Amino acid sequence: MPTINALLFCVAALLATSMIAVALIRWKGATQLTYGATLLLTATAAALAAGRLFGDAATPLTVTLPLGLPWLGALFRLDALSAFFLLVINLGAAAASLYGLGYGRHEHAPHRVLPFFPAFLAGMNLVILADDAFCFLLSWEFMSLASWALVMAHHRIDDNARAGYVYIIMASFGTMALLLAFGLLAGPDGDYAFAAMREAAPAPWLAALVLILALLGAGSKAGLVPLHAWLPLAHPAAPSHVSALMSGVMTKVAIYGFIRITFDLLGTPAWWWGVIVLIIGGVTAVLGVLYALMQNDLKRILAYSTIENIGFIFVGLGLALAFAANNMAGAAALALTAALFHVFNHTLFKSLLFFGAGAVLTATGERDMEKLGGLIHRMPMTALFVLVGCVAISALPPFNGFVSEWLTLQAILLSLGLPQWGLKIAVPAIGGLLALAATLAAACFVRLYGIAFLGRPRSAVAANATDVDLWSRASMGVFAALCLVAGILPGFVIDGLAPVTQYMVGAHMPAQASVPWLSIVPIAESRSSYNGILVFIFITFSALLAVAVIHRLASRAVRRAPAWDCGFPDASPALQYTASGFGQPLRRVFGAMIFHAREEVEMPPPGDTSPARLQVSLRDVIWDALYAPLANLVLFLAGHLNRLQFLTIRRYLGLVFFSLVSLLVVLALWP
Amino acid sequence: MISALLPGLLIQGAQMLVVLLLSPLLTGFVRKVKARLLRRQGPPLLQHYRDLLRLLRKEAVVAENASWLFRATPYMIFAATWVAAALVPTFATGLLFSWSADLIAIIALLGSARFFLALAGMDVGTSFGGIGSSREVMIASLAEPAMIMIVFILALIAGSTQLSTVAAFMQTPAVGLRVSLGMALFALLMVAIAENARIPVDNPATHLELTMVHEAMVLEYSGRHLAVLELAASLKLLLYLSLIACVFVPWGLAPAGAGWATHILGGAAYVGKLFFGGFMLAVFETSIAKMRVFRVPDFLGAGLMLGLLGTLLLFVSRSL
Repeated sequence: MPTINALLFCVAALLATSMIAVALIRWKGATQLTYGATLLLTATAAALAAGRLFGDAATPLTVTLPLGLPWLGALFRLDALSAFFLLVINLGAAAASLYGLGYGRHEHAPHRVLPFFPAFLAGMNLVILADDAFCFLLSWEFMSLASWALVMAHHRIDDNARAGYVYIIMASFGTMALLLAFGLLAGPDGDYAFAAMREAAPAPWLAALVLILALLGAGSKAGLVPLHAWLPLAHPAAPSHVSALMSGVMTKVAIYGFIRITFDLLGTPAWWWGVIVLIIGGVTAVLGVLYALMQNDLKRILAYSTIENIGFIFVGLGLALAFAANNMAGAAALALTAALFHVFNHTLFKSLLFFGAGAVLTATGERDMEKLGGLIHRMPMTALFVLVGCVAISALPPFNGFVSEWLTLQAILLSLGLPQWGLKIAVPAIGGLLALAATLAAACFVRLYGIAFLGRPRSAVAANATDVDLWSRASMGVFAALCLVAGILPGFVIDGLAPVTQYMVGAHMPAQASVPWLSIVPIAESRSSYNGILVFIFITFSALLAVAVIHRLASRAVRRAPAWDCGFPDASPALQYTASGFGQPLRRVFGAMIFHAREEVEMPPPGDTSPARLQVSLRDVIWDALYAPLANLVLFLAGHLNRLQFLTIRRYLGLVFFSLVSLLVVLALWP
Repeated sequence: MISALLPGLLIQGAQMLVVLLLSPLLTGFVRKVKARLLRRQGPPLLQHYRDLLRLLRKEAVVAENASWLFRATPYMIFAATWVAAALVPTFATGLLFSWSADLIAIIALLGSARFFLALAGMDVGTSFGGIGSSREVMIASLAEPAMIMIVFILALIAGSTQLSTVAAFMQTPAVGLRVSLGMALFALLMVAIAENARIPVDNPATHLELTMVHEAMVLEYSGRHLAVLELAASLKLLLYLSLIACVFVPWGLAPAGAGWATHILGGAAYVGKLFFGGFMLAVFETSIAKMRVFRVPDFLGAGLMLGLLGTLLLFVSRSL
């Protein structure tokens, strides 16, 4: 059976699992059955996609099913790009299913999760496989609705209903933008097959319009600023393994949509596309992480950090567009490799971190960092894996996050040859923003880990936590190990991406696996090279050497004593640094401008013994400037149009007649 | 095969030993000069070695609720800093493993060390550790982007992020006099001061002061753990001075494949540069007052802007 048929079979089986879950929902073993089935199916799909990517990725496979539009059918296609994204998605999905085997047992409303989980996975797979606009949009909307249902799983919790409401509005908006984009691409003949769109070369202004629509449609799903507002509401609201899927995997489907439209269907890019994507990406990266630094909710921090990483990926894509527009195929391949490498990395560490947040939620019932602390003693395995995720997402060697950042910076250094002034000024500025975002991310995850896992417990639940079940720990352990492996052996990932960049921009990075010592060398060794495995070995060896020498020749005696803390005796855990306190210096440096952060201290009058109060207020400028006026406008219009609702039949008929006449006039005047 | 690698391996090994053995001397020298400038006698030059050995022999007192991370961190920080310092050319450019990590990776290795130090500061759960970590990440959030911008300037001029290649290129007349390089030097000096917790950003000589950053994070450490952390701090100072020396005053660096005499000469030049740098640092530190902590962002922001401006100039000047 060809790979694509097998993949479609997996998708069909996922849909069947969804039906079975509906049927067996009252049965006790439904949770294990559903997650077991999705684990098996997605693992198979991931293996199939990997086999295709590392095998014969250059020749696309196609299948047409007699579904969808009657004159077109449902077209499916598996090429290098879809193979890579299928691998990423099903890898994330398999880990989430494994995690669900344990985590799902604590679910108090399984009937609201189990039927939608496999459907969500099937939807994402179908988006990637689709080869015509109808099929793509249908699957896209299916994916959105299934994930919306999962966001609403715990609808009785405060704010979740609002999160679902904002999400469904933004998802509909995104789908509408994509619908228009595909409409423009299909042209007046309305040929919705991607193959026809690839052949047609749209006029420059039309292509620009499609780019903007793709940025709106895919960007709103991915969480680009300023379309991100729904993401930090919706992602944390779902059960944790679904949050991991939404943040780690569904945003990748959006990126796939963007790449498919701009790199594949639109043809040759113009140089200024790169500028737009770069600026949006850079701003998204910095704002995302700054928002994250101001939050105290574990899962919300992770959701905002997703926005940052999406920005990072879009910077890579923008660079690739700029290079491709200037016929610098090699550099474009490097930038695209960096972006796709980060797609892979982000799926690994963001899923891992959401699993960790879910584990903390299971163990303590808390998401608020101010009530956690000291979990490294009580949940040692989870703490270790989350630490790996935090180091990896902070782009620190020898883990995987550093490699994709390093590749992006190398791509920026190649942009000296770009001729256009807009790019000359934008690229170095974006480089500065990226560096800022990366260090702020490190600050954000020092804060997350230091407050939640280190220190002393700030509440009774944190003091009495125990580590989570084996399934959850296994899924975290697998992804933590993958973070390390992808970090120390990046050459294999880069080689896996070679067919994708070859297909997208017509060039690929030099083969890395054959470089001596398994280094990665983007262009030439005299220019730049990095060897993760040697760095890892050096650090481990030096650390072990230091330990051995000191323990052997000097002292190995340890005495436990109360904390010194400059002689301050027996402080209560409440005197530790808090999450808000930790973020205060950064809030003062960056927040005053961006969030209008204000600090007010209320001091009691002299002689009064009542406590002083510190009030911090933050405003989301984007929400205030963009969303609130829009919502007000809609309310205003609705208020006025409401009058049309209770008319007499005569007036209704008049209205109908008037609309008909005006439509006919438009049609008559149309050239 | 082995005989071809041997000179490079020897130089690499020698460099690792040199940086490890020389760094406490540099710290001691800076302290001595500072004391003399204040008309104090100051500790003997070798006092820092004695302090380290004394600390190593003592038992380590660890807080009751400290985790494994607290005890592992000093060694991780030491290892990362040592590896980074071993990859910056000191007296020769022909380091065997210089290709395993370029300048960006060296900066990131120091970033890893800082990440773990900030975590260790929060591990015991005291307010001093938290304040140190919180301020450290604030300082880093501006110092590290500035450093990346400096790397951009150097890499764009030399056409490489490989430090050995950059240093070799800086010795050739092709460099010329560039405004961007001047900006990079100024920015690098600012970043180096901030990264090494020197006055005016932080004060390495104080305890029990609310303005402290680095010392607050290591407050709970004692015995061998403290010794290893202090050695790592000395190594970091040496690393930054070596970095400035090998990029901006590369004269005397022995090129790859040079003879023994050149290497010895390079060593002498390196020691000379190092102690000149240490002397200038001491003079600078005695002549300036410590800043308030919220003035630091202005100071580092200026460094970041200098770096950004320098990079922008390079991008723009090529087309004119």
